[in-house]
Amino acid sequence: MHSRFISLAILTSTLVLSPALHAGEHGGGAAMASVEMLTGACVACHGPAGASVGPATPSLAGLPAVYFIGAMLSYKHGQDLDAAEAEAASDPALEDVEVFARHGTIMDRIASGYTLDEIKVMADFFASKPVFLATQEFDAELASEGEALHADNCEKCHEEGGRSTIDDMVPLAGQWKPYLHYSLADFHGGARGMPKKMKSRLEEVMETEGEDGLAALINYYASQQ
Amino acid sequence: MTTLTRRNFLKATGGIAAVGTVGMSFPQLALGGNKNVVVIGGGAAGAVAAKHVKLADPSINVTLIEANDHYYTCFMSNEVIGGGRDISTIRHGYEGLANRGIQVVHSKATGVDTDARTVTTEGGDSFPYDRLIVSPGIDLKWDAIEGYDMAAAEVMPHAWKAGPQTALLRSQLEAMDDGGTFIICPPGNPFRCPPGPYERVCQVAHYFKEHKPNSKILVLDAKDKFSKMGLFTQGWERRYDGMIEWVPGTETAGGIASVNTDDMTVTTEFGDTHEGAVINVIPPQSAGQIALAAGLADDSGWCPIHLDTFESKLVPGVHVIGDASIATGLPKSGYAANSEGKVCAAAVVAMLADAEPGTPSYVNTCYSLIAPDYGISVAAVYRLAEDKSKVAKVAGGLTPSDASDEMLAREVVYAYSWYNNIVADMFA
Repeated sequence: MHSRFISLAILTSTLVLSPALHAGEHGGGAAMASVEMLTGACVACHGPAGASVGPATPSLAGLPAVYFIGAMLSYKHGQDLDAAEAEAASDPALEDVEVFARHGTIMDRIASGYTLDEIKVMADFFASKPVFLATQEFDAELASEGEALHADNCEKCHEEGGRSTIDDMVPLAGQWKPYLHYSLADFHGGARGMPKKMKSRLEEVMETEGEDGLAALINYYASQQ
Repeated sequence: MTTLTRRNFLKATGGIAAVGTVGMSFPQLALGGNKNVVVIGGGAAGAVAAKHVKLADPSINVTLIEANDHYYTCFMSNEVIGGGRDISTIRHGYEGLANRGIQVVHSKATGVDTDARTVTTEGGDSFPYDRLIVSPGIDLKWDAIEGYDMAAAEVMPHAWKAGPQTALLRSQLEAMDDGGTFIICPPGNPFRCPPGPYERVCQVAHYFKEHKPNSKILVLDAKDKFSKMGLFTQGWERRYDGMIEWVPGTETAGGIASVNTDDMTVTTEFGDTHEGAVINVIPPQSAGQIALAAGLADDSGWCPIHLDTFESKLVPGVHVIGDASIATGLPKSGYAANSEGKVCAAAVVAMLADAEPGTPSYVNTCYSLIAPDYGISVAAVYRLAEDKSKVAKVAGGLTPSDASDEMLAREVVYAYSWYNNIVADMFA
C-alpha cells in the first residue's frame, strides 16, 4: 500500500507543477488553483496547515491521502455512494480509496465544489503534515479504561494506540473529543459507514460496555497529547 | 485629514503609465531591492492578506497599518450582546503578525498618494509601497438617518463595529427593566454581515427568555427579505414564539427615516413612530473612510475591483479587500474576507514578480447562533466566472430546514471551532 500512496503523491505533485486543465466539472478551461489557494479554503475551519485549534472541527494534518479523498468523495456525492465510488474508480491511482456514508453538517454542502484533481492536491498537502495531537482536557480514569478497550478491539488496525497512519489508517490519537464523539455516535447510529471488521468490534464494545465504553475510548485518544 | 490622491491629475495628463517608474525612483525602494507591500487595516481580510504575502515571499517588506492596538471581531460579537460570551474573548492583538516579520504600525492611515505610491499616517509618517492593499472595513453613513449622528450612537448604539459599541449595547440590555421593548433597525442591502441583525435578534431573545421574559423585540427592517430568512423565522417560532415582531420593508416603507434620542423613538419612512427601551440602529454603510479618501470607491460608496486580483478598477497598484470591495457574488462576511485576503495576497506576490496571477478559489461559511444549542449556517464554494464578471457559486447551501436537534447542536460547536480557527488564521 505504501508504494501506491507514493505514486498518488507523485501524480498530484505533477499536477501542481504543471497546472492541468479541467474543462469538465467547474473549470471552463481555467488552470487549477495552487495548493496554497485550495487548502487556504480549508484552514479557516480546520486550523493552520490542518492543525485545528478546536474545540471540535477535526484536524486534517497527517490524514492519509486515501482517507481524505474517500471522505471528500462521500461528502461530494451525498448519499449516492455508487457515484462516489465511480469517481474514485475513474482514477487508477485511487484503487485504495474506500467510500463510506457520512453525515456532515456543512461538508456535504462544500465538497461538491471541488474536482477530483483538486481534492487530490488537498489530500497530498494534509498527508504531508505531521499528525497533530490536540491539547485538551480528558478524564484520566476513563482514558485508562479506554486504553485497555483500544488494545482489545482497535489496536490491530489502529496501531500505536491510534497514532499510526500505517496502511493508510486514519489516526485517532489527538483528535478533538467532540469530533470523536460525533463520529462514534454516527458509526453506532448508522449514519456513517465503516468496514465490516470495525463494525463487529464496535458492536462488541457497545454490548459489553455501552456508551461508557465509547467515552473511555474517546478519553484515551484525547489523552495522547 | 490630508488626502494626496492625484489619480485625477494623472488621468488628465495621461500619466498613468508613468506610475511604475515614478514609484521606483523612491530612495526607500532602492535599498536592497526588496519589494514593499503596505496593508491598511488589520481586520478579517487585511490581517490575512499581510500574513499570506509574507508567507508566500519572506523577502517582501510587509507593513500593516492599523489604527487600533487590538481588534474586536464582529463575528461572535452578537454572543457578547446576548451575554453568552465575554468581550475579552473577541479581542485580539497583533503580536503574532509582528513575530512573523510584519511591521505593524498602530496609527491611522490618513492619505494615499497614488502617484508617489506612499501612504501617510496620522503620526506624520510616510510608507512607500510597490503594491498597496486596502482593507478598510466599513464606515457608517451618518447623514442617512435624520438625527442619527455619532452622539446619537452613544444613546442608540449601532454595535456594527465591534468593541465599545458592543459593550454599550450589552450594558443597556442588562440595565433594561423586564417588560421593555428592544428595537433593532437593520439597513437595506448591501451591508456588512447580512445575517448579523437576525442573529442578534436571537441572542437578545435568548437573554430576554432567561432573564426578562416579559420583554419584546421589534425588528423595523428596511427589506422584505433577509439572509437565512427561512431558518431564522423557523428558529424564532421554535424558541422565541410571541417575543419577536418583524416589520418588513414594505410596511416601514424602506426602514428608518429619523430617530429622537430624547424620547427614545424611531420613525419609519412610512411615518410610524415606535418607542423602545433599548434601540439598536444599524445605519446604511459605505467602504471605510480611507478608501473614499484615496479615490477607491465609486458613486455607490463601495470599491470596484478586478475579481481575480482585487486590484482596484479605479487606481492601479492598489487592491481593495473585505467588506469595502464590490466582490460581485461574494457576501460581506468574515470568511469571504478571509478568502479575498488570500486571493489578493497570491495575486500581489505574483504581480510583484511579474508573473501571471494564479487561478483564484473562494469559499464562505457563515454560522449564526439561534440559541446555545441551535446553530445554522450557509456555506459555499465559488469560482471566477469565465468572463470574470462575477464570482460564481459552484456548490453550497443552507442548513436543511429539517435538520435534527443533534445536528443543530453540532453546528454551534463547529461555529465555535470556526471562530477559533479563523482567528488563528488571522493573528497566529
